[in-house]
Amino acid sequence: MSEKNNPYDVQTTGHVWDETLGELLNQPPKWWWIGFHASWIFVVVYTLIYPSWPLLNSHFKGLTGWTAIKEYKQDMKEIESVRAKYESKLPGMSVAAILADDELSEYAVRSAKVLFGDNCAACHGAGGSGNPGFPVLADDDWLYGGSIETIEQTITNGRRGMMPKMGGSQLTDVEIDKLASAIVAGKVIEEPLYMEKGCVGCHTPTGTGMQALGSANLMDGIWRFAPGSKESVAYTIKHGVNDPSDPKTRDAEMPKFGGGKLSDTDIKKLAVYVYKLGGGQ
Amino acid sequence: MSKEERGAESTIYEELGAWHVNTGEETIHAKRMPGRFRTLKYFTSLVWLVYFFGPYLRYGDRQAILFDIPHRQFHFFDITILPQDVWILSLVLLFFAILLAAVTSTIGRAFCGYFCFQTIWTDAFTWIEEKLEGKPAARHKLDKAPWTLKKLRLRLSKWFFWLLISMFTGISFVAWFTDARQLWLDLFSLQISTVELVAIALFTAGTFILAGFMREQVCFWLCPYARIQGVMYDSETILPTYDFKRGEPRGRLKKGGVPDDQGDCIMCNQCVAVCPTGVDIREGQQEGCITCGLCLDACDTVMDKIGKPRGLIRYASLDDMLGKPEIPLYKRPRVLVYFAIMLIAISGILYGLTHLGSLELKVLHERQPLFVLQSDNTIQNKYVLKLLNKTDRDAEVSLSVQGPKDMQVKGIDKPLILHKGGVTPHTVYIKIPKESLKESRIPIIFTAKMSDKAAVAKYESMFFGPE
Repeated sequence: MSEKNNPYDVQTTGHVWDETLGELLNQPPKWWWIGFHASWIFVVVYTLIYPSWPLLNSHFKGLTGWTAIKEYKQDMKEIESVRAKYESKLPGMSVAAILADDELSEYAVRSAKVLFGDNCAACHGAGGSGNPGFPVLADDDWLYGGSIETIEQTITNGRRGMMPKMGGSQLTDVEIDKLASAIVAGKVIEEPLYMEKGCVGCHTPTGTGMQALGSANLMDGIWRFAPGSKESVAYTIKHGVNDPSDPKTRDAEMPKFGGGKLSDTDIKKLAVYVYKLGGGQ
Repeated sequence: MSKEERGAESTIYEELGAWHVNTGEETIHAKRMPGRFRTLKYFTSLVWLVYFFGPYLRYGDRQAILFDIPHRQFHFFDITILPQDVWILSLVLLFFAILLAAVTSTIGRAFCGYFCFQTIWTDAFTWIEEKLEGKPAARHKLDKAPWTLKKLRLRLSKWFFWLLISMFTGISFVAWFTDARQLWLDLFSLQISTVELVAIALFTAGTFILAGFMREQVCFWLCPYARIQGVMYDSETILPTYDFKRGEPRGRLKKGGVPDDQGDCIMCNQCVAVCPTGVDIREGQQEGCITCGLCLDACDTVMDKIGKPRGLIRYASLDDMLGKPEIPLYKRPRVLVYFAIMLIAISGILYGLTHLGSLELKVLHERQPLFVLQSDNTIQNKYVLKLLNKTDRDAEVSLSVQGPKDMQVKGIDKPLILHKGGVTPHTVYIKIPKESLKESRIPIIFTAKMSDKAAVAKYESMFFGPE
């Protein structure tokens, strides 16, 4: 029996089970042998090249000194070198000049997309579509002016407009109601109260507002404080905007992003981005 | 078990016993004999000169044929193909796949025998081997001989020439993907990039090993096409065939010629000696046969010598051997189907190449916000135009918009400069008075026109307004 199982007289381990069962000392197949040696050689070479073995206080750093952070930094450097072509020009240029250059303004828009998302979109909505109480940036109605320089200024210094409350001693509720109806109808300049009560001082005789003050245009269909209903307008007239004497006053403040919060270059990029949202004024 | 069944069983085992598979333990040293098919093979090999010298063709100030992967462009003389037109490539691949099928179903593995790089490179390598180490018998002897200084010298000089061809093969491959002149400059000034170096090294090693050492083993065990083509044969396919009716029973040549009771095969074994894959064609068509026709040359030479007609081994179909009538090409459905597919593919390619266009336009409508109310009571929509210039020079493009009469368009007044081979984005704003908006969606057609060419691209978009 045992001879039949070992016709080529291969050497055995010498262990015998159940009287006849021996273990032959056959070599593994050649392909397996090659694979086995290739594998451990690979492991040795790999662990020599890359950070690998744990040591008592640290770990073996690898002969090439490769780390993931180094590779990341190198990749970032590569990206920055691609951007450098534009980035180096931006600080020395005015926003108007950046806007006039097709390629640079395109770069500014693309790189400001993330900045806008991080700093502006929370109030103004993605794409500058606006939110209740926060102006739409994609239209052509600008309280302080929609030129590229004014937009830059607004971002840098912020804005805080002021409209005194007219409720109480100044106007009765009936008068407020009259004015509000006229404003919503777009006919406020025909309303005698508009002249009498001094609204005209800020909102001008034509009713289109003054950009130097940030007073709103009352003749168009765009509303600073949404929704543009009679009640909403009446509320604004009654309590004013940012009037410290009225606790129920409208709160309207654009924080400043200059002075360390954002770099000048970032502000320039954002100004171009905002301008391009709706094409400025 | 009946007697007949047992008989069948024993035949199977007899065949099994004779079945020999060369898995590389035996080096094939094929004999070189002149002849018609040998000459044909030399000519078909010349096709590969295109591979070696193609990259040096120039067109204008650049390489005529260049697969520019970093810039995602394929240049073919004055045609530049960008990724947008890559569907043409799939048709080209389809065409060649079906061409292979059509050729194989009519004249067998002609690709393997006359055009395949593995076959041709092996042929070149063995030619060098024969020049250095002598005829097959001498080479067999040298293989078995112990390592002496002379053997070492012969081997080293053979490997040197093999390596030279291999390296030139590798460099030529890379030259299709980068500027060939610059590649040579970089090579000699040791400034070659890692990617190029690795590609050349891999190709060099591959050529050296595959054509130098693995040879017919590649066709037997590695190449998928060998097997795919094998199943494309049918009984009408013409293949190198041994005419067993004429040849059998085989026997040795006697003084005074072939005896009358013998077939024409005189067992000279020349057909086996010349076979580059080491098969015996007299056993019939088999996986190892690359249909190169070299055994036909060998047999014809011998037949000439013993005064018998040529063609004991000849290109013939199975039907022909069995005495069935030959079916003309145009009556064979497979061939017709193949040619129909090829025709479709080639018309697609031609259509693609003639309608490549120079300009492509896509319009993305701003979605956030979809539309904006302006202070003058108009509704504004914003569009980003993506203009692709497919030509190889910067171009000027003028834009126009078709839509409702009272719309105002901002951003199309001055022409745009499009950089060559790239996409230029451009923003356009459209305003329509609110009161004239009858529907919440109005189709708008953008048209871009290249000023110095007749290239025009149109794109239909939408104008959105309040419900």
